[in-house]
Amino acid sequence: MPRINSPAELEEFRKDIISKRDPNKPCIAICTGTGCLALGAANVVTALKEEIKKQGLETKVDVETKVDVRETGCPGFCERGPLLVIYPEEICYLQVEPGDAEEIISETIVAKKVIDRLLYAAPGTDNDEKIVRESEIPFYKHQMRNLIGNNIKIDPKNIDDYLAVGGYSALVKALCQETPEQVVEMVKNSGLRGRGGAGFSAGMKWEFARKSPEKTKYVIVNADEGDPGAFMDRALLEGNPHSVLEGLTIGAFAIGSHEGYIYVRQEYPLAVENVGIAIEQAEAQGFLGKNILGSGFDFTIEVHQGAGAFVCGEETALLMSLEGKPGEPRPRPPYPAVKGLWGKPTNINNVETWANVPLIINNGADFLSSIGTESSKGTKIFSLVGKVNNTGLVEVPMGITLRDIIYEVGGGVPGGKKFKAVQTGGPSGGCIPEEHLDIGVDFDQLAKVGAIMGSGGMIVMDEDTCMVDVAKYFLKFLAGESCGKCSPCREGIRQMHKILNNVSEGKGREGDIELLEELCEATRNASLCALGGTAPNPVLNTIRYFRDEYEAHIKEKRCPAYVCKELIAYYIDPDKCTACMICSRKCPAEAIVGAKKQIHVIDQEKCTNCGTCFEVCPSRFSAVTRLSGEPVPPPIPEEERTIVRKSEKK
Amino acid sequence: MSEILLQIDGREVKASEGMTVLDAAQSVGISIPTLCHHEKLDPYGACRICTVEVETGGRTNLVAACIFPVAQDLVVRTRSEQIDQTRKTLLELMLAHAPDAPALLELAQEYGADKDRFEKEPSFCILCGLCVRYCAEVKKANAIGFVDRGPNREINFMPEIASKECWNCKECFPLCPTSYVQAAYHLTEALAFPPPASKPASEE
Amino acid sequence: MTVAKDNGKIDKIIEKYPSEPGSLIQVLLEIQRENRWLPKEALEKVSKKLKVPLNRIQHIVTFYKAFSLVPKGRHEVHVCTGTACHVRGAPRLLDSVQDLIGISPGETDQDLKFSLDTVSCVGCCALGPVMVVDGEYHGKMAPAKSEEVLKNYD
Repeated sequence: MPRINSPAELEEFRKDIISKRDPNKPCIAICTGTGCLALGAANVVTALKEEIKKQGLETKVDVETKVDVRETGCPGFCERGPLLVIYPEEICYLQVEPGDAEEIISETIVAKKVIDRLLYAAPGTDNDEKIVRESEIPFYKHQMRNLIGNNIKIDPKNIDDYLAVGGYSALVKALCQETPEQVVEMVKNSGLRGRGGAGFSAGMKWEFARKSPEKTKYVIVNADEGDPGAFMDRALLEGNPHSVLEGLTIGAFAIGSHEGYIYVRQEYPLAVENVGIAIEQAEAQGFLGKNILGSGFDFTIEVHQGAGAFVCGEETALLMSLEGKPGEPRPRPPYPAVKGLWGKPTNINNVETWANVPLIINNGADFLSSIGTESSKGTKIFSLVGKVNNTGLVEVPMGITLRDIIYEVGGGVPGGKKFKAVQTGGPSGGCIPEEHLDIGVDFDQLAKVGAIMGSGGMIVMDEDTCMVDVAKYFLKFLAGESCGKCSPCREGIRQMHKILNNVSEGKGREGDIELLEELCEATRNASLCALGGTAPNPVLNTIRYFRDEYEAHIKEKRCPAYVCKELIAYYIDPDKCTACMICSRKCPAEAIVGAKKQIHVIDQEKCTNCGTCFEVCPSRFSAVTRLSGEPVPPPIPEEERTIVRKSEKK
Repeated sequence: MSEILLQIDGREVKASEGMTVLDAAQSVGISIPTLCHHEKLDPYGACRICTVEVETGGRTNLVAACIFPVAQDLVVRTRSEQIDQTRKTLLELMLAHAPDAPALLELAQEYGADKDRFEKEPSFCILCGLCVRYCAEVKKANAIGFVDRGPNREINFMPEIASKECWNCKECFPLCPTSYVQAAYHLTEALAFPPPASKPASEE
Repeated sequence: MTVAKDNGKIDKIIEKYPSEPGSLIQVLLEIQRENRWLPKEALEKVSKKLKVPLNRIQHIVTFYKAFSLVPKGRHEVHVCTGTACHVRGAPRLLDSVQDLIGISPGETDQDLKFSLDTVSCVGCCALGPVMVVDGEYHGKMAPAKSEEVLKNYD
């Protein structure tokens, strides 16, 4: 790997890489991000490579194959993984299994025939309307994939792939053609707002740090993506680590920093690995280290792993953790731009924010500012999960409606269920009901309906979701993740969680809603950091839109969504039960009394309300029903349980 | 050091850089309640009882007076309906842990806090951290520390260090607003380094 | 427990990092990964070498979830309780796993066979609810299915 000493050498090197690549040579790009790996992508890769060998597509001399297999980062369509795209035709195969490898090689690669069975078909349809090209799949068609689009084109462990798509050209431009002030100005003019949660102007933040007279300054990538249900930062860091390194290096140049840190959760081992490899390669080629590209600018990056604390996503807690201390947030002011890591001016942005920087530098501030809404520019990656057909990562322009994200990109709610709410912004976010689905998604619109952008988690909930349970869930999460230093956060969340627990167990009392609201007020007003300050959001927001559900739990001891275990019961309708034995065999608590030709009865004493019987009862019988807020009918007397067929009755 | 002028409860107050709102208020005899503050220790900002309202550039925020730095033309209010309500709720939350602590009961009276408002959590500790910080910052002994996080956060004596350091010090005892630190010490002592006289017979 | 051998391994890890408080969490993480738990002697060594008082180390190893002060079981079971998994039935999955192996999250059974923990999102939301056993992902879990999976470990 040669060290590159000037912009001219880089262009030379880039040309060389591209010239060696035949655009017509078949390439199978297969996602080996965490999601697809969990679905067995590694076995598919092995099978494909073996098949290539077997079918003699290996030219023996230098073991170069006639077809490339590229292991890439996550392109986002996790729902249908393992997935692969075959170039140059851009054929997209979904839910690929190792057993498909032989056919893929012999049919598609050799015979140039598309395998119908592996193509995309809309959910619910079987054979009609198959889609061949990746970009035409509805999930992708409505997206604008400026950031994540390169993932499928890049093997994150190979810097050449990044260079082949124009990588590090923004760094050249910034270092060799612009002054630091000009770079700051560009980022400011682009309107880029931090993608980590608060949405503060990235350019302004850079300017504060730039203006500080201190000699030592730090820049940090916040990759402590702790929001349960959000994994866009991981996908970027895993799939395209050099884009983050490039953004960070440009930021360091603009601010006047020579040391950077990437703070990444240890729960993301693949991201840690890939970013580590990327740093080594960038150092070897001279994109990091001393005198980068001959510009005279020095910059090094170190990776620090988080040890499992959500609060460390808060920037001052992150600094504490970097200093080897417990992740207890520090009061602001002083802000990190004035007094950050080791007391020095520090600029912290999250992964997605940094990944936007090369785009701005390469294409100009207008490129970003022309996308989006008045207050929010550019694209945003959301992780669209929960009760939605197309689970995955979606990158869309700011301003797109929630409805378009959920129904056009996400394909709607599965199983014919009714949509109830979409939860955005992580644990401190809010649940947005149907009536607000037509708002354009940006920082301010989301805030208006009581939610936040957060880092971009988007969890779709259907009629089977209980909103009291959701609030309880988030408060339990936040209680466990509070650092415990300041009393409003520690105690306020504890008591709110207790009250919600009581409500969900049928022990709620009149006045609990008002008490919750009072606790929310104190916790929001008095907490030291944003974790406590925003912790009341899930409570206030669910009360605001789903007060009736709270009241049903408190007054009628009823859970309308049949979720809160203490308030529901399962009951087998004796008129519908055909004594098929399925439920009694599957019941993990052995709570179902039944035999052949004997109507089954649930022993309510033994029943743990796990719901297995309800799920396994064949839909043509639907004999198992859920009850809430009403007494369970007494079991039918034993002598009446024998099922007599109609023919036998006569 | 440059002089900073600010307004607290309608009064002009002169302060200097590096001072907190609490320092400035105390310098002119305006009292703000505190529980985790101690003049020998670094500002901590944990109990939040000193929450006050500050106004800068037209924006009003609630902040902890003990850690918020003074600034030119800052407008501070130490009492308002919102402040009082916040302090009341905080006191009630802490009283769930230490219902008999004199310092809390005294403030409870002033703010009308009900000690039975919330379900009891009798840990007897409000985690003001005075003991831990005093031991670390003043005594440099580090015989006591925090463990865990969130609602599970506790104070904990380190037996190996406490057995050597604490007997002749015990200066944290009077600092504790709930007397819990004394109990915690004796419990640690009984379990981890009992004095010879109290050792069970079998061990002698 | 082969203390002597462990000590050598731990010393090596401590040596790798600069002897300064900033290395603390990185050192502890590596010891945790290599040794699977943090014995007291290891903490004392780290305290001496990095000049961090033991009470602060105690706070750190109990503050961050990655650390364990007791030996872990042979098989580490993680049930994802991220939001996506939660709305898809993670609580019921967790209940049944708890019943099956007889321990609560954060615990290890007496035979050191299983350790159970919850994790807030492993980023495989499409597969939810997810259970991870020894790093292997098991997706679309249901209470009945968890028994099938756990049967294969001993």
